[in-house]
Amino acid sequence: MTDIAPDSPAGAPTSTSSRATRVLGVLSLAGLALTVVYAFAITGPDVRLGNSVRIMYVHVPTVTAAYCLMIANALFSGYTLWKRSTFSDLAAHACAEVGVLMLGLTLVVGAIWGRMTWGAFWVWDARLTTTALLFLMYIGYLAIRGLPASPRVRATRSAIVGIAAAMLIPIVHKSVEWWASLHQNETVLGKVNPNISGNQYFTLMLAMVTFLLVAVWMAMHRFRVLWLIEQLDVVGVDEAIEARRAENIGVGQ
Amino acid sequence: MMHDALVIAGKDLRLEARSRVALNQVLPFVLAVVLLFGFALDADTLLLRRATSGLFWVTVLFSAVMVVQRSFAIERQDGVTDALRLSALSPGGIFLGKVMSLFCQLLLVEVVLGLAVIVFYDVTPSGAALLLVVSVAATLGIAAAGCLYGPLAAGLRNRDTLLPLLLLPVLAPVLLAASRAFEVALGQAAGGGWQWAAMLGIFAVVYLVLGVAVWGPLLEET
Repeated sequence: MTDIAPDSPAGAPTSTSSRATRVLGVLSLAGLALTVVYAFAITGPDVRLGNSVRIMYVHVPTVTAAYCLMIANALFSGYTLWKRSTFSDLAAHACAEVGVLMLGLTLVVGAIWGRMTWGAFWVWDARLTTTALLFLMYIGYLAIRGLPASPRVRATRSAIVGIAAAMLIPIVHKSVEWWASLHQNETVLGKVNPNISGNQYFTLMLAMVTFLLVAVWMAMHRFRVLWLIEQLDVVGVDEAIEARRAENIGVGQ
Repeated sequence: MMHDALVIAGKDLRLEARSRVALNQVLPFVLAVVLLFGFALDADTLLLRRATSGLFWVTVLFSAVMVVQRSFAIERQDGVTDALRLSALSPGGIFLGKVMSLFCQLLLVEVVLGLAVIVFYDVTPSGAALLLVVSVAATLGIAAAGCLYGPLAAGLRNRDTLLPLLLLPVLAPVLLAASRAFEVALGQAAGGGWQWAAMLGIFAVVYLVLGVAVWGPLLEET
């Protein structure tokens, strides 16, 4: 925790953590501990799926967190194009990074569940395939962010890619309805009866809230680090200019 | 805006007509891919015929990447992007003009590719109306998405490899919908062809609207 940007605007991060991130961190860790207890000790195996149902307590929350972060990325990207805001540009970046992590986890956990249930890590299912495409699109987004460019150019390019990538989210979400799919229908927000209740339902909801908290916690930390890196660049340029001025003054005397 | 679009489309098509890159490089590439699929699938005519729709659109997507790269690489040379930025042409018009030019080039690729699959894969064309509508809608969508991603990832040395990574996942819905619709048109699957065509139309409209909306900042900042 190093304060490096004393000239930042009021309210801007001056260190990698704050009271809010510390509170979020404690809540996230407590939620994770409680989720583990509920998922492994309190809820039993499912009548049809057996113990593999416990994977759902990670799979559904991570994909929900990923969707939320990617929608947030699109909203921040739109605001960046509109207002040219560094804050929203860096917030979009942080959301995309954590979103890619959550989506990657979803794919890995889903593949393990698929192996246990369908007998294969990967099947050419609409939901799986469109989710993998969404993952690749955000890898592309992060690649665009990694290209050498001025902050303004980078912000514009990545904002456009972020908005375009988010348009795939409804397709991914609805793919199980639109195409013949092995994947289970929408578990939580679907119209079909999800056949989940009691402790299983509570554990799933607890895991959803916990993973959303974890995602927000990570995104906030990442945003603060990105902001400080940006400020460090500005401070570096200012210091170089000052050093050059001092040299000239020395020569003049 | 439409006048500006026609000016840009005319400029790009004249450039292509004179340089003949599409004729000399992209069309032979398309024919090579058609033959390579034949080798890969062990020259099994039945299998090739069944897979024609998917192979056709995969080839179109690969060609689209090449055409988009070419279209924006020439803009990088001789400061054409700066000239466009300083011109009085509307950004939306420039975007639509680039889309028109790409649309024409890709349609030419599809005609040649269509003839190639008829000859090499022994496909009997049917459902002409659906084939035509699907081709137009899908090509428009590919051209619009290509023009949106092209300036971001084409024309500079360290960016060229990025275009397929950005563009191909975006075009996956086009591949899916166009392949399914072609299967229906060719009598390999039942019903639903016009619904896929409608989905392609929606995709094209969404990317055209998005392109017109964001092309201004894109032109300024890239």
